[in-house]
Amino acid sequence: MTLAGISFSYLRARPLATALNLLLLALGIATITVLLLATAQLEERMGRDARGIDLVAGAKGSPMQLVLAAVFHIDAPAGNIPLADALALAKNRAVKKAIPLALGDSYRGYRIVGTNHDYPAHYGARIAAGRLWQAPLEAVLGADVAAETKLGVGATFSGAHGIEGGGDMHESAPYRVVGVLAPSGTVIDRLVLTSVESVWAVHRHGEPGEDPAKLIADMAEEEKELTALLIQYSTPLAAALLPRQVNASATLQAASPAYESARLFRMIGVGVDVVRAFGLVLVLAAGLSVFIALLNALEERRYDLAVMRMLGASRGRLMGLMLLEGAALSLAGGMAGIALGHLFTGLLGLALGQAKQAAVTGWAWDAREPWLLGLALLVGFSAALLPAWRAYRGDVAAVLAQG
Amino acid sequence: MLSLRGLRQRYGTKQVLALDRFEAAAGEHWLVLGASGSGKTTLLNLVAGLLKPSEGEIEVGGQSLRKLEGAALDRWRGRSVGIVPQKLHLVSSLSVLQNLLLAPYLAGLPSDKSRALSLLEQLNVKEKASEMPHRLSHGQAQRVAIARAVMNRPQLLLADEPTANLDDANCMQALDLLVNQAQECGATLVVATHDQRARARFDKRLDLSA
Repeated sequence: MTLAGISFSYLRARPLATALNLLLLALGIATITVLLLATAQLEERMGRDARGIDLVAGAKGSPMQLVLAAVFHIDAPAGNIPLADALALAKNRAVKKAIPLALGDSYRGYRIVGTNHDYPAHYGARIAAGRLWQAPLEAVLGADVAAETKLGVGATFSGAHGIEGGGDMHESAPYRVVGVLAPSGTVIDRLVLTSVESVWAVHRHGEPGEDPAKLIADMAEEEKELTALLIQYSTPLAAALLPRQVNASATLQAASPAYESARLFRMIGVGVDVVRAFGLVLVLAAGLSVFIALLNALEERRYDLAVMRMLGASRGRLMGLMLLEGAALSLAGGMAGIALGHLFTGLLGLALGQAKQAAVTGWAWDAREPWLLGLALLVGFSAALLPAWRAYRGDVAAVLAQG
Repeated sequence: MLSLRGLRQRYGTKQVLALDRFEAAAGEHWLVLGASGSGKTTLLNLVAGLLKPSEGEIEVGGQSLRKLEGAALDRWRGRSVGIVPQKLHLVSSLSVLQNLLLAPYLAGLPSDKSRALSLLEQLNVKEKASEMPHRLSHGQAQRVAIARAVMNRPQLLLADEPTANLDDANCMQALDLLVNQAQECGATLVVATHDQRARARFDKRLDLSA
């Protein structure tokens, strides 16, 4: 026999109302939890993917598209740039490191990226099996690609034209897997890496069995193209000068991953705010529902409360009983909501994984989650205040005489 | 034990109770008679500290109620006064046994499950201990309410119209239960009723209509 036990006996005596209140509160808190988890993880993921890349140089067009295509690998590139222009830029004194990227093909939805060994090194990728590519048409698989396609070292596969998959197969020039990377938690896990020359050779459409090295040797210099160059500045001063220089050229444009992803988040932010407001509305509706439930309960319970006074309970104790009930309800709803939010985020992660996009996981915790519990408690507590005050003010003798 | 002096209770300008002097010794059993509206329930509420008198002094066991306020008054009532309200008012969400245990809990006394069970046994409702109150007949509910009132061995046991809606046999039985339980804990018993059948059972009577 405790105050909490008495509160609980009332909640149990009204299972439907209790369940409805819990559900409303849990859904509201879950919505906000999903938003917190998903946006925090996406931001962190994008931050990791873009780390150390100060500038992307690529074909003229939308700078955001260039960043999405060349850094995050979620959009199609606008076009290619001549190799000669890219090489000239790479030799600029303001450039410390320039990683070439040649895009265009994919394997079962995973992009095939022609690059050099600096690219996996930039993301700190380690080899889990085999070795990095050396000769043309040797490929190294990212961890997710290897796990999903079940290809291992020694396997061969043909790329499909187009980076979304479903294009013509380049069956005349199959790739051979020579290595698999360990998981790195970056975009590279979902890529197939090879040399830039391999990408050129595949697009020469030679006869089957033709030596890829010979194909490349036969290429005219003007035919050699890259999609983008990932650039790291040599000095902080370069940030002021290099983009302007690049944009002044006839074929190239420069885009800053930091600036473009911030811009992207500002645009997504409006949608996030709308969903967050929706979550808050749900939480407030739950608060209103708890309020009405407690007020109704108070009406039904005025005799019980009067009897408790008759048996020696003070006004403060009755007030505590109502507050405790509101708090217990909201705490349970808040915890259920956070659990539900993690479940939904996990499901969202599964759905995104199917789309071969950056995964979110329901297993990560966010430092702001205790605040959500606080929000739920605050709502439950406020909803219980008026009923608690009424319980405090109740006239025992008058109520006992009725009935 | 119970001492009332110059008691007046008014609602606005309407006087509902006037009692110049009343004394009841410890262990006495009193019947308060009067038609409805004569102030019987008001008297019980005043003595239990549920109402403040407009005028006058109330002393229970040497304790002046004027000197008790708020939580201290509630606590005193929980420990010293057992009340059987007319409408019984068992707590609906708690079982019969829990209703009994509520009395010591709310009065800040140690829980005494064996006393609760033995009271239920004496009052012949032990098999209902784990039932919810809405499953009880009126007679059973009244016995549970009596058990709850004497749980804390009060000095003063108050009952408001305990024989209302009872036939003659049950009327006498209910009064016997109250008298027996009051004797058991040495409490002064005050029964308020307009039921003339109760007259025969009590030799000490206070008539408020007079």
